[in-house]
Amino acid sequence: MKSVFRKAALAGVLVLAVALCLPGLSRAKDIELTMYYPVSVGGPITGIIDGMIGQFQAENPGIKVKAVYAGNYDDTRVKALAALKAGEPVQLSVLFSIDVFDLMDEDVVVPFDELVASDADRQWMQSFYPALMQNGMVDGKTYGIPFQRSTIVMYYNKDAFREVGLDPETPPATWDEMVEMGKKLTKRDASGKVERWGVSIPSTGYPYWMFGALAMQNGQELMNDKGDATMFDAPACVEALQFWRDLGAKHQVMAEGTIDWGTLRQKFLEGATAMMWHTTGNLTPVRNGASFEFGVAMLPAAKRRGSPTGGGNFYVFKQATPEERQAALTFIKWMTAPERTAAWSMQTGYVATRPDAYETQTLRQYVQEFPPAAVARDQFQFATAEFSTHETARVKKFLDDALQAVLTGQKEPAQALAEAQKGAERVLKAYR
Amino acid sequence: MTRISRTPQWLYGWLLLLPSAVLLIAFTHYPIVRTLYNSFFTTPRGRIPARFIGLENYQALLHDEIFLRVLVNNFLFALGTIPASVGLALLMAVWVNGTLPGRALARTSFFTPTVLPMVAVANIWLFFYTPQVGILEKMLAPFGIHGVNWLGDPSTVLWCLAVMAVWKEAGFFMIFYLAALQGVPPDLTEAARIEGAGRWYCFRRITWPLLMPTTIFVLLNATINCFKLVDHLFIMTKGGPDNASSLLLYYIYETAFAYWDTAYASTLTVVLLGLLALTALVQFLYLERRAHYR
Repeated sequence: MKSVFRKAALAGVLVLAVALCLPGLSRAKDIELTMYYPVSVGGPITGIIDGMIGQFQAENPGIKVKAVYAGNYDDTRVKALAALKAGEPVQLSVLFSIDVFDLMDEDVVVPFDELVASDADRQWMQSFYPALMQNGMVDGKTYGIPFQRSTIVMYYNKDAFREVGLDPETPPATWDEMVEMGKKLTKRDASGKVERWGVSIPSTGYPYWMFGALAMQNGQELMNDKGDATMFDAPACVEALQFWRDLGAKHQVMAEGTIDWGTLRQKFLEGATAMMWHTTGNLTPVRNGASFEFGVAMLPAAKRRGSPTGGGNFYVFKQATPEERQAALTFIKWMTAPERTAAWSMQTGYVATRPDAYETQTLRQYVQEFPPAAVARDQFQFATAEFSTHETARVKKFLDDALQAVLTGQKEPAQALAEAQKGAERVLKAYR
Repeated sequence: MTRISRTPQWLYGWLLLLPSAVLLIAFTHYPIVRTLYNSFFTTPRGRIPARFIGLENYQALLHDEIFLRVLVNNFLFALGTIPASVGLALLMAVWVNGTLPGRALARTSFFTPTVLPMVAVANIWLFFYTPQVGILEKMLAPFGIHGVNWLGDPSTVLWCLAVMAVWKEAGFFMIFYLAALQGVPPDLTEAARIEGAGRWYCFRRITWPLLMPTTIFVLLNATINCFKLVDHLFIMTKGGPDNASSLLLYYIYETAFAYWDTAYASTLTVVLLGLLALTALVQFLYLERRAHYR
């Protein structure tokens, strides 16, 4: 009795084992890719990505992609690097576009120039907006392919413009106009309490990003292409920071102190500020939340227009085998195809990364119905790279601290930026 | 039976300790030793391996303005949160320990902030403090106070965070005091009352000394928490403006995971460990002796 039972159990185990192995055997030739993916804005991004991956796998049998959602950009970089160091199989990831120097210094990424073989592939690499490629290219080689990208635009409240007698279709095009209109738009009650500010530029979270725009508008870049020198103390930078500070301290069209990145959208939606500078990633939430008519404009100019790009790029890791690298390339090419890019941009509010995506039927129609979606595209001709150097986070921190010290009135622009420059020099001289 | 008696007793002892010992060594003791070890080296980068540099990381600490800033901040934060949250906890406990209508409701409402995750709390309070549209602005408007940029001003930000921490923590400490108060024998107070002692006198000479062990426990926890709780910084200020609200643990996180400077982060961690060990020592050796245990 006992032995019969044992035999039956053994047979059961065998059947189970075979059943488990069979699909494994039939898929033995599948290439499995693991991709770390940052989710930095709320919303259904993970669902959208999972849907795209599902479609890709259906169209490309033999390649399986697993997305690991790992929090914001910093968290994702940390987790991806930790996985790489532990020898876990990670072949590609979407990481912060400005992490490129750090990823190179860690010696983990492989340039796309080594992956592409055909002319068609090389052409594909040329198909993106040049402004979006800047952060991905070092020494003429392309390490990052733009995907989840954004830029800064100015949102403005058309109802408020009408209320004070300004033309709602003519947003400020220069700094002076912005100050002038801001003065009209700033509304105080009898006791002097501000009910609505003219303009708000957020200064927590990503102050360096906003400053990158101001400096560029004043004709000054913040760093060199090699990412081993910064120009924080350039006169044009000092001037730009003085202007930022003056918006609150002198012209009184903006709140003094720092302005929170996270709550600014809410303040705009509640009419507490008539204009705000913010990421294009906020376009869909603002559209859904605004109870008034709003407009989107390019950032104003001082000497020229300017706005840095931001967001995440595709990277392929060195430790991937040649087959895996090719599979990763296939996947990335599929993900960045014009029609997919168009759909992605409409669903998320991120910019479409290539001109031909805006030529697709779907996106053309969308832009026609909702013109603000095209502002980021039109602004690309003035766009610049986001701040990025070796040891980006640390160098960036020097700048962030200086900006906040000035905006809170603790330091003068020239002094604060000179200190930041000194700090950056100390870190960066090791990389020259 | 015979087999058991042949196995030495000490082996049993060790076997029983083994599971927790393995966990403690793997996740507490080894990391501490490793952290100390790493703090004497440089951070390995890419192909460049770590290099022994002795105490250089510790020398760098002394010239690191941000480190000194976060240390002072942490001290101020402790000063702002520990006495307030412990005092408030005691007050609430004494209050809800007596007979009052809706006692269960009062206890629950005092305890609610403790149950909420810190990240959720931070998100709520971020909007409380928002100038123009926040609830604080609306509450203070009748008093002519408006336009204060609570989290955007270096002189107010740390205290705003301290108030939030007190709100979050006091309910938790109240539970310990409440439990201790239930254990205070009523005959002591009754006897004192007969002798003509007032309420304050009774509290000062009977209840407070009997609560001493709880106070020590709560103080220790409050101190550890003010070094340990940094979740709100990620949501509310990111340590800004200009490091005005940054705390030691948050700086360690930045150094380790944003700057990827693991060696210097180890050095900072050693400092944090030292501070915490010192607190524990002071409280156990000094205060313990003054506590009244039954």
